[in-house]
Amino acid sequence: MKKSVILGAATVAGLAASAAVAGTVDDVKARGTLNCGVTTGLVGFAAPDANGEWQGFDVSLCRAVAAAVLGDASAVEFVPTTGKTRFTALASGEIDMLARNTTWTFSRDVDLKFEFIGVNYYDGQGFMVPKALGVSSAKELDGATVCIQTGTTTELNLADFFRANNISYEPVPIETNAEAQQQYLAGACDVYTTDASGLAATRATFENPDEHVLLPEIISKEPLGPLVRHGDHEWGDVVRWTLNALVSAEELGVTSANIDELSAGTDNPEVNRLLGTEGTLGEMLGLDANWAANAIKAGGNYGEVFAKNIGEETPIGLARGLNAQWTDGGLLYSPPFR
Amino acid sequence: MTTLTDPPKEHFRLSMLLYDTRYRSATIQVIALIGFMLLAAWIISNTIQNLEALGKPVEFGFFGEAASYDINQRLLEYNSRDSHLRAAFIGLLNTLVVAVLGCITATIIGVLVGVLRLSKNWLVARVMTVYVEMFRNVPVLLWIVLAMAILIESLPAPRAFRGDEPEATMKLFDSVAITNRGVYVPDFLFSRSLGDIHLFGTSSLRFDISLDLVAVLIVLAGSIFAMRKVSAFAAAKQESTGDRPTIWYIQLGILFAPMVILLTALGCHLGYPELTGFNFKGGTHMRNSLIALWLALSLYTAAFIAEIVRAGIMAISKGQTEAASALGLRPGRTMRLVILPQALRVIIPPMISNYLNLTKNSSLAIAVGYMDITGTLGGITMNQTGRELECVLLLMLVYLSISLSISGVMNWYNNRVKLVER
Repeated sequence: MKKSVILGAATVAGLAASAAVAGTVDDVKARGTLNCGVTTGLVGFAAPDANGEWQGFDVSLCRAVAAAVLGDASAVEFVPTTGKTRFTALASGEIDMLARNTTWTFSRDVDLKFEFIGVNYYDGQGFMVPKALGVSSAKELDGATVCIQTGTTTELNLADFFRANNISYEPVPIETNAEAQQQYLAGACDVYTTDASGLAATRATFENPDEHVLLPEIISKEPLGPLVRHGDHEWGDVVRWTLNALVSAEELGVTSANIDELSAGTDNPEVNRLLGTEGTLGEMLGLDANWAANAIKAGGNYGEVFAKNIGEETPIGLARGLNAQWTDGGLLYSPPFR
Repeated sequence: MTTLTDPPKEHFRLSMLLYDTRYRSATIQVIALIGFMLLAAWIISNTIQNLEALGKPVEFGFFGEAASYDINQRLLEYNSRDSHLRAAFIGLLNTLVVAVLGCITATIIGVLVGVLRLSKNWLVARVMTVYVEMFRNVPVLLWIVLAMAILIESLPAPRAFRGDEPEATMKLFDSVAITNRGVYVPDFLFSRSLGDIHLFGTSSLRFDISLDLVAVLIVLAGSIFAMRKVSAFAAAKQESTGDRPTIWYIQLGILFAPMVILLTALGCHLGYPELTGFNFKGGTHMRNSLIALWLALSLYTAAFIAEIVRAGIMAISKGQTEAASALGLRPGRTMRLVILPQALRVIIPPMISNYLNLTKNSSLAIAVGYMDITGTLGGITMNQTGRELECVLLLMLVYLSISLSISGVMNWYNNRVKLVER
């Protein structure tokens, strides 16, 4: 009995010791599934649908990566994480990548030892209030009670914003978006603040979305992006270029509708390189030649993913704004596939 | 003549460590201890090495940096520019507040329920049984969440108090506002305040002591001391003459007159909560999170305490009750003067562990957004700095010290009430 306890403890310690070892690409291939950290539920970004299938903007990226690495968009194990648990989950190796509208900041990148592989949504922190309050600017919120998800950058931005404007507020810290929604709707807080995209997504699930307004102030830059552990560059490259492939595909006009046709070969060398009919880009990443084609087939290019999950046709109704291609005046700009 | 020979001296040989039963158990224990220490050392060094490989060596320097987040319930002055250490300190005080409030209420409810459960009244006894079984058998986290949900959903929002025909009104002569953000009660203000003493300068542990409060406490202590003197005098008179002088009005005078004089001198008045802007201002704001946590923890722990009290009472032999009745004591006095003092000896030791449980359960506070030490140090600070190991170790140390202090105090009390054996 005693012996088995000691052996058990030694095994646990041994496992802990091996968790930090690099080589995530091989781990994922050997396991046959991708462990992807997502939110506990934010409609449009990551939430299970009526059939229990995870759907959303962040989820699509997970599926694209799984398709690129394993050739199977459904080979994803989604791990719901809260604002508090997400970094520990990634650092400990419980998840291979985190796609959970996480803001790219200096200290997370440098001090927390993570690698942000790009930006999949340019966001900013906003405020939502009930229309009945008659508030038209965040600067009128002196003395208001503000619901906020704890453990996020928004918590820090909020403190800075109110301090800089010399107005007071009462923070109500909350663990998940669902609880925040409940407290906000019950009137336990006047204001709900988080990333503007998250506010729009939350508002879309309300019974009467029209009774709530988003205030014009965007008080911070929130570049949301997927991240991986620091130091595993091969894996970082895979995730980074999968995202770039989705963005480039939109720029080059590759959609899930015409991809099969284009995969047969085109006159555009860059499309050919992207889809693997020319060059050895897949081999350089240690993946199949049609890795990018698989990623795009998983849910379409960036524009399709956006339109399907959070675009103007959906209840969430977000405009492309900063997230348009650079050719359309947005910030999306993928490095060339060459 | 006989010669005495010494018995042959046994020399210690190394093999005796293994083959001699006198030494064998010690040998095994020493080997086990060495093995255990090696294992512990290996785990610790492994952790440190791995953290260094990750580029996150163990260090506590981040405590001095600005916390950058706000805390709603703060007993001491704090703002987002204060250090992480200060934030942890504020959180610690919040933990202590809910633990102390919870222990007191849980004891009161628990003793009451425990006694009532033994009542001869069938209905009362059954109702108490239902209470105990309901609260004991559902996880405390659910009670906390339920309490919070009820407070939020059933009480009016502050904006319901607005307008000419408001949906909700303030209670108790317009002095108490019960909203779904908490309860606002009037607080004491001093217009001729004596000021504060500032302790520990500008460090993270700085705090102010209100001289008004000190003055009130001194006067109160003085009054109680004087009251005791008076009753001792009355008792002595009763002993010698058989007549007990009427002293209740003297007692009341001693208790209230100095306090009234002091409070008038300090210009004491009540500050009423008032609806301005989004929220009530003024008065003391008891947040929903505190009330929900306090209520749920008290009711949950009280169910356990009730059972302990019941067990303690049932441990006292029936002869004691019968003897007390034979002396003519009423049931109430029998319980108070005869049974409970004896039952305390049985009750106190398990009570200690319930106080400890309550304090440790208070770490569930984050479920309702109450900013205790787990919410500040173990929550936001840990998350924003990414120093998991340091924060968790420190958190464990904090809870360990709180728990050891509680059990130290309770053990001291237990030693005082336990049966003195001759």
